Amino acid sequence: MALLEVKNLSVAIRQKQGLITVVDNLSFHVDENETLGIVGESGCGKSLTALSIMGLLQGSQVRITEGTVCFDGVDLLILGPAERRAIMGDQMAMIFQEPMTSLNPVYRVGDQIVEVLLQHLKLSRAAAKQRTLELLDLVRIPNPILQINSYPHQMSGGQRQRIMIAMALACSPRILIADEPTTALDVTVQKEVLDLMGELQRHTGTAIVLISHDLGVIAQTCDRVAVMYRGKIVETAATKALFADIRHPYTKGLLNSLPLVDGDVEWLDTIPGQVPGIETVLPGCAFQPRCAFADERCSYEKPNDIRVAGGHWARCHYAGQST
Amino acid sequence: MLSYTLKRLLTLLPTLIAASILVFLFVHLIPGDPAAVLLGDTATPQEIAALTREMGLDKPLWQQYTLWLSEVAKGNLGQSIFFKAPVTSIIADGAQTSILLATMTIFWIIIFGIPIGVLSATRQGSWVDQLTSGLAMFFASVPTFWLGLYLILIFAVGLGWFPSSGFPSIFDEGGISNLRYLLLPSLTLAAPNAALIIRLVRASMLDISREDHVRTARAKGLHPTKVAIKHVFRNALITVVAAFGFTFAALVSEAVVTETVFSLPGIGRLVVQSILRRDYPVIQGVILVIVVLYLFINLLVDLAYAMLDPRVSLK
Repeated sequence: MALLEVKNLSVAIRQKQGLITVVDNLSFHVDENETLGIVGESGCGKSLTALSIMGLLQGSQVRITEGTVCFDGVDLLILGPAERRAIMGDQMAMIFQEPMTSLNPVYRVGDQIVEVLLQHLKLSRAAAKQRTLELLDLVRIPNPILQINSYPHQMSGGQRQRIMIAMALACSPRILIADEPTTALDVTVQKEVLDLMGELQRHTGTAIVLISHDLGVIAQTCDRVAVMYRGKIVETAATKALFADIRHPYTKGLLNSLPLVDGDVEWLDTIPGQVPGIETVLPGCAFQPRCAFADERCSYEKPNDIRVAGGHWARCHYAGQST
Repeated sequence: MLSYTLKRLLTLLPTLIAASILVFLFVHLIPGDPAAVLLGDTATPQEIAALTREMGLDKPLWQQYTLWLSEVAKGNLGQSIFFKAPVTSIIADGAQTSILLATMTIFWIIIFGIPIGVLSATRQGSWVDQLTSGLAMFFASVPTFWLGLYLILIFAVGLGWFPSSGFPSIFDEGGISNLRYLLLPSLTLAAPNAALIIRLVRASMLDISREDHVRTARAKGLHPTKVAIKHVFRNALITVVAAFGFTFAALVSEAVVTETVFSLPGIGRLVVQSILRRDYPVIQGVILVIVVLYLFINLLVDLAYAMLDPRVSLK
């Protein structure tokens, strides 16, 4: 049984025109000890998916309309608020995109880690502080004894993201959801943080869901990849299998728009056009207006998932033909 | 912290000197000759000239100012023309009433303003929120004298629960129970300010609760009440404390009206009466005392602000 199993998850936003589905019938799973990458352009619903799994959707404007999110065999969506909170921060933790604003500015970083430890583990304050020092050391904050008393504004972005990682890992979660954890960081710091996450995973066996718009980051770190476009997964496979044999034109577009370090290219490929607004209803394939391979059929018939190989699926009429 | 406080105290000096010049000049800007006012209609020009010389008013303005300032520095604010007594002792007489009134008022502002603000922010859109927001809007808009008169009409005249005016000293007969005289005035004074604090607490809490770090707090699995108090309110408090400086300024001006409506022997009413009596030394003295108080309150606000927000540097 998978550690996390998302089935037919739909999330809708209430707008003037009515409910608009932004995450559409999404299904995927994450096994223990595995890193799943979810990749897509901004607005494709990947962050909303993460917040739905974590239980952090807020406000009357957004709500889950359908589906189940099973964690260790229990559907999180039918749990009461208190039962849900017992899991949040303990067995499931999350890292956010903006390390600059994700820490409370008025508390010392050490106290913010201690807070989550005391919330879930039966520890004395002294023991929690000791554990915090270990965590700071684990995420390679230099001089933990000094830095435990720092305020967030006294730290760099990379350091703050390390604090966020320490906080997320504090109670040894079984799954870690990382929503664009490196997007706001410098490229050099990006690599350090990604390496750190990978190393900690080998250490602790935590499953990771890594959400990113950057296919390069995903390729580097993930065991499996799910490519999202307009609220749907359009292609999913093991990372190696996917890059060996891309079947969906959108995935291909994403890959081609990556700058190659060793290539002598002056022109970067882009995917033409823009993602249609969420209120636009397309009768056929969601990617059809921007797809170079689209034909008549794509404009009126929605494609189904087509099995390419074991564990490799693509949502395209022509996924069966190798390109 | 200590060196910062001392430095701030030093920077108060130029402000105080500037304020003293303004207060001094202010009296000289008022048309009319103090000696003539003092002696009344029947005075002869010789008498007026003699008194002018006696009061030192024939000297150049800068000499008058330095003379006055050196007396002020010694704690002598001059003689009241009307009471024929030192201004300092007249202000001291009114201070008891005003200090007690201010203390009770600030107590009400905190007791009502903060919990109701927090409640309406955490229950945004509920009937509790709509009711308190409506009431806050009402009390923030009502003039102080109107509210004071209606409270007298209902609770003093109609129900007879509280006295309608005056305030015997708490050191006289009745002791502490004399504070009941200040109940209606302090509530009158607190109402518009508590209403502002309610609105401010609510607005800044709603602002803060949209920030990323609050989502982090929720992701820790904390109880919503803990998130609201420890994370949201704690950050909103910074804004609220900053606003307390303005609240004090509002209190001073509203106290003048309230003390008059309730006939309280405080400093506010003293100012109004002294203006009517053209008792210049008293007006000067009271304004100077209020300026000094205001500067110190703002210093306290700044220090509290620095203590609440670690991002504010104390260097």
